[in-house]
Amino acid sequence: MRPFDYHRATAPDDAARAAASGGTFIAGGTNLVDLMKLEVMAPERLVDITRLDMRGIEETGDGGLRIGALVSNTDLANDARVRRDWPVLSRALLSGATQQLRNKATTGGNLLQRTRCLYFYDRAMPCNKREPGSGCGAMEGFNRILAVLGTSDHCIATHPSDMAVAMMALGAEVEIARAGGNTERLPLDDLYLLPGDTPERETVLAPGDLITAVILPAPVAGRQSYRKVRDRASYAFALVSVAAVVAVEDGKVARADLAFGGLAPKPWRDKDVEAALLGQPPSEALFDKAADILLAKAQGHGANDFKIPLARRVLSAVLTELTEGAAA
Amino acid sequence: MTEQFKMDAPATDRRLDGMAQGLVGAPLDRPEGPLKVSGTATYADEYRLENLAHGMLVRAPGNSGRVRLANRDAVAAMPGVLAVIHDPRLLRNPAQGTANKAPVQDANEAHYLGQPVALVVAESFEHARHAAHALKIELEGGTPRPVDPETAAIEPQSSKGLDQGDLDRAMTEAVHAVDVTYRTPSHSSAPMEPHASIAQWDGENLTLRGSYQMLKYNRNELADALGIHPDRVRILAPYVGGGFGSKLGLAPEAVAAAIAAKETGRPVSVALTRPQVFETTMRRSETRQRIRLAADAEGRLAGIGQAALVSNLPGEVFAEPVLQATHFLYAGENRRLSLDLARVHRLCAGSVRAPGEAVGITVLECAMDELAEAAGIDPVELRRRNIPEKDPESGKEFSSRRFREALDSGAEAFGWSDRPATRSRREGEWWIGYGMASAARVNVLMESRARVTLAPDGSAKVETDMTDIGTGTYAILGQIAGEMLGLPRDRVEVVLGDTDLPPASGSGGSWGAASSGTSVYVACQAIRAQLAERLGVAETELTLKDGQAVFDNRTETLAEILKGDEIAKEGHVLPGDTSKAVRQATFGAYFVEVAVNGVTGETRVRRMHGSFAAGRILNAKTARSQCLGGMIFGIGMALTEELAFDDRDGHVANHNLAEYHIPVNADVPQITVELLEERDDWASPLQAKGIGELGICGAAGAIVNAIHNATGVRVRDFPATLDKVIAGL
Ligand SMILES: Cc1cc2nc3c(=O)[nH]c(=O)nc-3n(C[C@H](O)[C@H](O)[C@H](O)COP(=O)(O)OP(=O)(O)OC[C@H]3O[C@@H](n4cnc5c(N)ncnc54)[C@H](O)[C@@H]3O)c2cc1C
Ligand code: SF4
Repeated sequence: MRPFDYHRATAPDDAARAAASGGTFIAGGTNLVDLMKLEVMAPERLVDITRLDMRGIEETGDGGLRIGALVSNTDLANDARVRRDWPVLSRALLSGATQQLRNKATTGGNLLQRTRCLYFYDRAMPCNKREPGSGCGAMEGFNRILAVLGTSDHCIATHPSDMAVAMMALGAEVEIARAGGNTERLPLDDLYLLPGDTPERETVLAPGDLITAVILPAPVAGRQSYRKVRDRASYAFALVSVAAVVAVEDGKVARADLAFGGLAPKPWRDKDVEAALLGQPPSEALFDKAADILLAKAQGHGANDFKIPLARRVLSAVLTELTEGAAA
Repeated sequence: MTEQFKMDAPATDRRLDGMAQGLVGAPLDRPEGPLKVSGTATYADEYRLENLAHGMLVRAPGNSGRVRLANRDAVAAMPGVLAVIHDPRLLRNPAQGTANKAPVQDANEAHYLGQPVALVVAESFEHARHAAHALKIELEGGTPRPVDPETAAIEPQSSKGLDQGDLDRAMTEAVHAVDVTYRTPSHSSAPMEPHASIAQWDGENLTLRGSYQMLKYNRNELADALGIHPDRVRILAPYVGGGFGSKLGLAPEAVAAAIAAKETGRPVSVALTRPQVFETTMRRSETRQRIRLAADAEGRLAGIGQAALVSNLPGEVFAEPVLQATHFLYAGENRRLSLDLARVHRLCAGSVRAPGEAVGITVLECAMDELAEAAGIDPVELRRRNIPEKDPESGKEFSSRRFREALDSGAEAFGWSDRPATRSRREGEWWIGYGMASAARVNVLMESRARVTLAPDGSAKVETDMTDIGTGTYAILGQIAGEMLGLPRDRVEVVLGDTDLPPASGSGGSWGAASSGTSVYVACQAIRAQLAERLGVAETELTLKDGQAVFDNRTETLAEILKGDEIAKEGHVLPGDTSKAVRQATFGAYFVEVAVNGVTGETRVRRMHGSFAAGRILNAKTARSQCLGGMIFGIGMALTEELAFDDRDGHVANHNLAEYHIPVNADVPQITVELLEERDDWASPLQAKGIGELGICGAAGAIVNAIHNATGVRVRDFPATLDKVIAGL
């Protein structure tokens, strides 16, 4: 490991200051420390935010929930309110990693974990994300786990989080303490950038910007589901995952909040898919049409081609499950 | 005093059956278990030696070209760095099992991506790792090298093959014929304990604390690599955190540690990182196997063909012995077996648990399932009909073979008769299916020595350089000695893993228990003879139990008989005529129920049963654990495990445990194991055969066959990941 400075932040603004010039936040460290050992990430200064007061889960005035950035994945998954009103989030969390990792992993860190692209982790390989301009080793390499949507010629990495996919479907917002001093709220969808020709830039955050919380809007009517497809029964990242909140009223789809994991560089939400479903009676043909829209621009790269038909099957199964019975 | 025993004739006296202590066979706990689970068993890299320095291996970034260290001086000057070692004695890759001499030593040229070409030594592990990252390796004058076995140059291994009768004709005349090609990928042993060595010199004498399976060979290999006499080398490996073949032969980190320790004048530890374990320890070769089966209307085989393609680095003699058990498992007059070795620049291929049968029988058993389907015969019945009377090639008798019983008893225990028709049973989204496969593995006895000392107080000590790689050697050697000398288990101390002790067979090829166990048995026999002599009775008249001797209606304690003396005997077993006179092998059968998700193609093994016959079972608990481990390995092989090579440079892309998917708890269902009572007089005087690898020799086939029964989808390209299943759903 490269030598680095260590700063234990005492308050959000102190953290922001310390990180603004060459510092990197460390929360649970479950992703960052691995990357530091490999020197894929080599921060000059670690700013330890774990002593900050960001471990609370509080109800917001309008029936939503404010989740502190340091709330562990375990605590969030087991929160009684989350389990009752936002079960898709609880299930997504519990489908991720292992109990030990979830105990350590934080809400903020989970949102900002880096891709699992194997070429990103291997410094002998070209990778535009790790070393801009060096090329993309995965494009014509072993890319089984990588993306089919939202990619560019420069990078086909996926965002690996399960939690973020559920939050995306729930319409969550992130609260950010900007390095400049003000606090902002941003739809989660707007946090992430697509790779384009700058895959090294993954979010809109500037150095020193600290995620302080995630805000869930009030629960909505409908059934929820998180379905994760992976290479083994547990402890594997999603090949395809779907987070869904679906309601049927009067035999027609009244709500279809859908987000997808394993397919794209960010938790993927496609409003056109949802629009196509709304107001329609649920049917296999309708679900197929939704999948057509979702996957219209999907592009495989060889080893990950299978994700396209798989996403179609899983989407259809999830929609069937959530509309069954209600349609009658 | 050494007592030599050569296995030239069947041991029909079955002495262990006449002993009184009741230890052999009992399901006793491993005595070192509490140390291991409490973290107090000290593994190779855990010795906190004074002044210990740390080395980190540095890899070749490509598979070709002269190696140049571009910034050696700058790295040598980094904080904490003690030395940058680029020495012609560094190993290109590990030695093959039982090589007994150094493998290829060539740090000056890159042969595969990941090859260790230098070592950085520093004050701490972290300093060494950082400096290793900083060291720039440039490869000069490289040329494109073949990395794909399908297109690389081939060397036929004609000595392994066979052409008997006329298979082509048998295929044309067959009523039911199967001609299919399967592929299995490379696997990594991925033992829990990464490979590590600490080297320490005392003048010209080297002590290596290592993680190795076969110390007497490893010592010679290390001495040869360093150019010193083996007498100068001592290797210690009292605990080994799994090996599965990857620790059979001396590996690069040991030689690097020894060179670095000499150069720095300090003890040096070199431990592999997890990615290094994946890219520099032995891989199991991938295979392409064409199987041809020709059968008559009743499914009786008239012909068997197996044509296999495997690969290895140029110069390596090891060729995955795919055909090994196909030679004798099933009948059939017309047989054509062949093995081709492709030369590729991927990391070295060598032994990984059950080399040969793990992939060879697995694929044969899938083809048998296809034949059963084609012939409309129950898969178990098809196997029963094709059990040969004698070895179908040599005409030799089998030493012992409860194969039919394993098939029948396993089918009964599992409830095979309830097997659904293909693609007929569904529970919600899940298709349910049953599958089965036979198990077979060759049996080998190896030379081995052990010293047993009976102390004046009537306690005993067993000493040998044998290793316990997590398999139960400590347990069983103590049980054998306790049984023979009539001592409770806690009166026998077992000391292992030190080359200063009598050299054993080592752990590998499933031969460790029977070979080292026999050496202990032989030593104990000699001690019994001496006790009998002191008492003036025939050894066979002597009953030893609980520290007492019973003879002629009299009872004396061992202490009384010993009168302050100790008796020390070395047992030395050598394989003999029995290994040639008969066909020796272990057999079994697997039965599996799977559920395959009709939407996603995900497969879950719901239950799994194995019935095995491997001669006398020395410890029912550790034997069962070996079978469980093998079958779990089989689950990985069937569903998830694959070293993914990048086709462009042959490097291992998924070199970590997050993406090289071994089964986790959630993948492993309730597994039941039945050990059939058997005595094999030809195998060893213990009547025991090897059981360590039998559990994986076909297991994956049973799972893939069950996937077919569930869904109608034949996956012929292992592992049966969900994408391959949905492609056929
Ligand atoms: C083997 C393995 C398997 C896994 N499997 C899964 C899985 O199946 N599904 C899944 O979703 N995840 C999985 N994970 C990933 C795991 O969820 C993440 O590593 C974890 O959530 C990261 O949280 P952390 O607090 O440890 O982040 P850290 O490692 O501390 O930080 C990660 C990044 O976030 C930044 N950061 C952290 N907190 C903040 C903040 N408040 N504001 C701004 N920046 C911040 C850090 O600077 C760093 O760049 C797995 C991880 C491992 C190692
Ligand atoms: S996909 Fe992205 S992260 Fe992976 S190698 Fe290409 S550029 Fe790097």
